[in-house]
Order: sequence, then C-alpha cells, then structure tokens
Amino acid sequence: MPDESILRTINLTKSFGMVTAADRINVEIGAGELVGIVGANGSGKTTFLNLITGYLTPEAGRIFLMGEDRTGLPPRVITRLGVARSFQIPQLYTNLSVLESLLLSLAAKTDTGAGVWRPLYRQPWMDEGVETLGRFGLEAYAHRPVSELPEGGRKLLDIALSFALRPKLLLMDEPTSGVSIKDKFQVMDTLIKVVEESRLTTIFVEHDMEVVQRYGRRVLAFNEGRVIADGRPEAVLADPDVRKAVLGRV
Amino acid sequence: MEAKRLPLAPAVGGAALLLVVPFILPDWMKFIVTLAMAKFVAVLAVALFLRANLVTFGHAMFYAVGAYAVGFSVKWFRIDDMVVLLLLGALLGAGAAALIGLVMARYREVFFAMLNLAFSMMLYGVLLKLYWLTGGTDGLGVGRPTFLGYAPPREYLRDFLYYTTLGVAGIVIYVVHRFLASPLGFYLRALADNEIRIEYSGESVRRVLYVTYIVAGALGAVAGVLTAFTVGHIVPEYSFWIQSGDFVFVALLGGYGSVVGPLIGSIAFEFIRTYASKYFPNEWQMTLGIIMLAIILFRPGGLWAIYEALAARVGRRPSEGRRA
Amino acid sequence: MRQLTTIAMDGTVFAAILFLISVGLTLVFGVLRILNVAHGGLYAFGAFTATTLAMRLLDLGANPYFTYLMLLVAPVIVGVIAGPLIERVFLQRVYGRAEAIQLLLTFSIFLILDDLIKLIWGTKPLFVSAPYTLLGEFSLSGIRYSWYQVVLIAVAILFGGALVWAVRGTRIGKIAVSVINDREISQAIGINVNRVYMGSFTLGAFCAALGGALIAPTIAVAPGFAVDATVLAFAVIAIGGMGNLEGAALGALIVGLLRAMAVHLFPEADLVVIYLAMIVVLVIRPQGLFGQVELRRI
Repeated sequence: MPDESILRTINLTKSFGMVTAADRINVEIGAGELVGIVGANGSGKTTFLNLITGYLTPEAGRIFLMGEDRTGLPPRVITRLGVARSFQIPQLYTNLSVLESLLLSLAAKTDTGAGVWRPLYRQPWMDEGVETLGRFGLEAYAHRPVSELPEGGRKLLDIALSFALRPKLLLMDEPTSGVSIKDKFQVMDTLIKVVEESRLTTIFVEHDMEVVQRYGRRVLAFNEGRVIADGRPEAVLADPDVRKAVLGRV
Repeated sequence: MEAKRLPLAPAVGGAALLLVVPFILPDWMKFIVTLAMAKFVAVLAVALFLRANLVTFGHAMFYAVGAYAVGFSVKWFRIDDMVVLLLLGALLGAGAAALIGLVMARYREVFFAMLNLAFSMMLYGVLLKLYWLTGGTDGLGVGRPTFLGYAPPREYLRDFLYYTTLGVAGIVIYVVHRFLASPLGFYLRALADNEIRIEYSGESVRRVLYVTYIVAGALGAVAGVLTAFTVGHIVPEYSFWIQSGDFVFVALLGGYGSVVGPLIGSIAFEFIRTYASKYFPNEWQMTLGIIMLAIILFRPGGLWAIYEALAARVGRRPSEGRRA
Repeated sequence: MRQLTTIAMDGTVFAAILFLISVGLTLVFGVLRILNVAHGGLYAFGAFTATTLAMRLLDLGANPYFTYLMLLVAPVIVGVIAGPLIERVFLQRVYGRAEAIQLLLTFSIFLILDDLIKLIWGTKPLFVSAPYTLLGEFSLSGIRYSWYQVVLIAVAILFGGALVWAVRGTRIGKIAVSVINDREISQAIGINVNRVYMGSFTLGAFCAALGGALIAPTIAVAPGFAVDATVLAFAVIAIGGMGNLEGAALGALIVGLLRAMAVHLFPEADLVVIYLAMIVVLVIRPQGLFGQVELRRI
C-alpha cells in the first residue's frame, strides 16, 4: 500500500540518561492536516520535533517523510526535503535586517546552495521577501535590524523564515509562548490564515489548551514521551486522562 | 543594514590620492604604501573571518605560501613574472586552503584560532629546518620581477610595483565587496549569529566556511606574492604566529566591518611600525598594544568607525547651523 | 636501550617544564573561558623577576640557598600585582563580548608586557645559575643530569596534585567549578562571580610566573623567550583539553616525550612534531583529549 502520508513515525524512541523523552511514538500525519500537539512541559513535544527534523538521532524507531525513510538525516537535509521548523526561542540573525534574514531563506532554496557572485539583494527575491513579510505583518520592519523587533515580531519572523522555504510540512514550536495573552489569538489568527491560504500541512506545539482547541483540527496529546490521545480537539481535550496530564487536574 | 555601498566621495578621493602617491611621496614612503597595500590583501582575508566572529592566528601560512612560491619559482624555474606568479600564488593558496579547509571548517572559536596557529607554525618549522631547500633563517632572495614579459628599467621598478599592487588591491576590493554582498557573504555574517538557523534553512554552515576559507587562502597568498617582490627577501617568519597576529591587529585597527577599513588600517600600521621601530625599538610593540586596547575598549569599529562617526557629525552640522 | 632512557628522562623533564608553563593557561580558560595570550608575558615576568631577585641576593652576599626562596617569592609578587590589575582593569570589560575581541585584548596585553620587559631589564640576556648548580649533578646511562631537573619534575607533580586537590577538595575549588558550569545560577545562589574570576586569573598569573621562575635557572632569560613558551603552552592545552588540569598534565607529557624523541632521532622535526601532534589530536577529537563538548539546546 503506497504511503501517502507527509510524516509517519514508527516506534520513535529517545532517552537522555534516565529520562525517556520519546517512548515508542507512532504518528501519521496526512497532507493538508492542521495538527496541534499539546502536553505539559517536559512531556516530549520539543524532543519530538527535534527528532523528526534530525537535530537528535533516535535510539530506535523510524521516521518517514513523504513516504521515504529519512531516519538519521541531519536538519539541513531534512529541510531540503521539505520540512521547515520554527523554535520555542526564536532562532534569528540578530545582526542582520529583517528583510536580509528572509532573503537568506530564499537564497537557500536554490539547488546549488548560496551563491558567491550575484548579490543577495535581487529584485525577484526582494519582491517575494517583502510580500512574505507582509503576510506576517512585518513589512514595516523590513529594513530594521532584527534586534529591534518586539517579542511578538521575533516569533512571527522566526516562523516567516521557515515559511519562506515553501516547505511541504511546517512545524511550529510554541508559536505563542512569550506572547502576551491579549496578543496570542491575534498572532495565531495571522499564522493560521497564512498556513491555510497555502494549504500547508502544519503541526504546531502548544501547552495552551485553549489555543489548540481553537485552531487545531486534530490534536495529539503527549505525556512522558508517549502519545496518550489522538483525535478531534473536543474529544481529546475533554478526556480526563489528558486533562490530568496536561493541566495537572481534571 | 542595507548592503553597504562604499560612500562615493571619500572612495573616489582616496583612490585619486593613491593614484598620485608615486609623484608626490619620496621613495621610501612609496615603499611603505606598497607594502601596506600588499599586506592589506591578507588583512582583508582575516577580516572575512572576523565577520563570522572567528579569529585566525594562522593566516600567515597562506602569506608564506605565496611568498615562497615566488622564492622557489625564481630560484629553480627562473620564473619571475609578476602576473604569472600572482595567478600561481592565488592558485596555490586556494589549493592549500582547500586541503586545510576540509579540516578547518568543522571548528569554531578558540579551536579555529588554535588549529590555524598549529598549521602555520608547522609550516614555519618546516621552512626553518629545511634550510637546504628554503635557506632557513637566511631565507631566499628575490630579484626584480617582470610584468608580462616587460622588464622595467631600474628607476621605474618601484613605480611599477606600486601601481601593480594598487591595481591588485583594487581588484581584490571589488571581488571581496561582491562576495560580501552575495548570499554566501551574508551567510558568513549570519554564522556569527545563529548557525542553527542556517542549517534549518537548508544551507550548510560547513560549506559557507569552506568556501570562505578557500577565498581567504587565495587572498593571503596573493599578499605574499606582492610582498615578496616588494621586499625582495623571504624568510620563514612570514609564517610565524606574530605575523598572523599583525594581520588580525590591522583588521581591528582599520575596522573589519568595511572593505576599505583594512586598507586604511594597513597603511596606518606600516607607517607607525616604520617610525616606531626606528625611534622606539623597545616601545613600539607596546604602542601597538596600547592602541589596540584603546580601540577594543572605546572604538571597536576601528579607524573606519571613527571616520564614519566624524562624517556623520560633519553631515549634521549644516542643518544645526540653520536657525532663524 | 640507553637512548630510550635518555629520551624518557629528557621527555619527562621537558614535560615538567611544559606543565608548569601551561597549567595557568588552562586554569584561566577553564574558569573565564578566555584564552590568555598574555600568559607568555606573565611567564617571562616571573622568570626575569626571579632572576633579578636572585642576582641581587647573591650580590648582597647572602647564602645561595636563599635563591630558592626568590623562585617562590617572585611569582607571588607578579601574580598579586599583575593578576588583579589585568583582570579588573582590562579583562572585565570584555566579558560577554565577541571572542575575537577577547583574544585581541589579551594579545595586546602580551605586546605591552613584552616591551615592558625590555624597558625594565634591557635586551641583554640574564642568567643566574646558582639554584641550578647548587644541587649538583648525577649520571644516568652515561648522561649527566642535574638534580635541579629532578626537583622540577617533583615540583610539577606536587604542584599539579595540589591544584587538583584544591579544585576538587576545597570549598573554594567547588565554588569555582560551580561558576565554570553555570555562571548565572552561581550568581543566583549568592556566589560572588567577580571575585571568583579575579581569583582564578590571579592564580593563573601566579602559575605562569612560577613556571618562568623555575625555568629561569636552567636557561638565560632574554626578551622574546616568552613567544616560544606561549605557542608551546597553546599546543599543550589544546592537546590535553582546554580548561582541564589533568589534560594539561597529559598534554605536557605527550609533547615533552615527542619533543625528546624528535631531538634525539629527527632533530629537524622538533618543532614540526609538536604541531603535528596538536593537529592530529584536534582533528580526531576537537575538544582535546580530556575536553568536553557542549551541545546547544534549542
């Protein structure tokens, strides 16, 4: 049977000393899905992202992307295969401008790698860059240094840089963490709108159940490195075991 | 933050000044400026690494490669053509860098500095000990170069060397400027900020560093070729770690954030060194050290930053004066 | 067989010297994460100070055995003056700044120290042989060695052991280790990080000066001998693992033995072999033999 999933993991396992951060995780994500991953701190959500993007190597288990076994490949290769990822703490180029950062994402998409002769600032890239920044509401900051961005802007840029790679699968690690409560939904609205317009398969990790409930079409609940529930948000988030694990109370 | 275009007026002014130097300065000053421009090419290479927050305490090895390429070519093959040797030097420098870079591109920070140091000191040891090959501490003498076959008469040799060096420096400035404006050039700067983001963009940090290393190696060797002919004498100290340290110092002095800063730094350095080591032989290193301390503590952008600050203030003054 | 003994003996003596030169450098790197290029200058200061003090003492007609005291007093003077001065006035201002800047700062201080030596002591070599000759010589496999060399080995071992005990066993040592591992948390639990930094650097300066002072009786001290020592120290700690005391000992042993082998078997390669070893080690294990790797958390 041909594997049409975008991402599939089989018995993915990883421990750090005594701590099992990933315990035989089996997950299958299809094209176009919008999946939320919820779980308490330390439940293995970020480890999961680190594993499937190749930043960590699993002790056991396999990772399939677009139907092919990609276990053990480094982040650079995984990214080129169409998986892009944003980070809990935004990973930005603090000494470049916002537009330059985005242009670098665009420049990385070429087959042969970043060039050495033609300039980074070229018209088609600049157009696309500004347009992408616009989608995330950052076009006003285009020529400002990244260090001048406000906290929410840093998050958005982090995601924009990954989005600009036009991936087949976008992973967002806590897109609203560090964002003030009143801005949370505004940020998520922007993000989900962008993602849905592009019909991008998306996984976002959140520990805020409200965000997951509102935006996810499917939810995976993590606890102590295992997936303890997988299904529609209302069902999963009503499950007493999930509520106990994520919130600490029923 | 936008791609820094060379401010036009001072660049043109500076270029014009350099063009007429041979007509207005005495011979020994001409020599100093020629030497400064030759070494500047190596300093520019070091500046590339500094942009990625990497220090190399071993770039002198490529400088020595270029210089000894001239020495050996002249001694054994009787090839003394400037253009041929510039190309040969660049090729050898790039080749050596391609080999060493395979190892080097994996390292950062102090280890990058140390490993470069180790390679350069190893070369120094080899150059020193194989005296039947290299002349050991006596070194090799290099005669007058020809320029594409033409052997200029003795009175004009200094001028030929000067203009050749100036020309090469100009070409190098252009090439490096384009390199820094290219995606790889920006990735080089990004390397200092966030390697993880680079890898997660699909670009290889090792590749960025490797390509830069090759370019830097070629530049270092070109500087060595020019210096060999200018000075006329090559010694193993060309590969010594103090020479590498001088390159780094000049990059800092001139300001490694710009392409022209190192040139100003190099000229300033050569003049200071010539005067200081003549009149204060026991204090000029200290002078250098104090200047460097002052720059680090007060004006990390170097002379170029001082110039930019002055230029900005001069630009503001006209509008301040216009009060009704 | 005789050559083996000679190489082993020479190598060990050289290793002892290298250890004394390098241990201060690795200590400073371990705590402050800064490679102190000025280390060689402090080493030279120790050597010159010790030599001059010893010479004055002999001029005054004192008992030559008191020169040994000078070998210990001089480094204390250098350490106590130069250590806090350099750390508080200069080093402190570049903590947290780009590494390139930190390296260049210590390089500048090295240049200043190198010339200061010329200004204070002139350019002619100085030599005080009393501490060395006083202990006499002995023969081993037909080669004459000095008892002073044996003392050097003993001092190196004892001193190294004392340092290891100080770091592992004493409260101050554990505080220093805490600062090494996590500066912020150390501050949060009330450790005066600034004082730890200053203390560590001063200790490192003392070690450097001690190395110079102990080596001084074996050679003629002249300006410029700091330069060679500096690069050798780099090689030793790079091989052993920067910031690691045991690493410095192992690195010193390796470099010492290799150099002895080269000197007796391939004299032309004596410089090359040290750097070759450094390259081989760094390529196979970039962090050095006892060094640690840090993986960035994302």
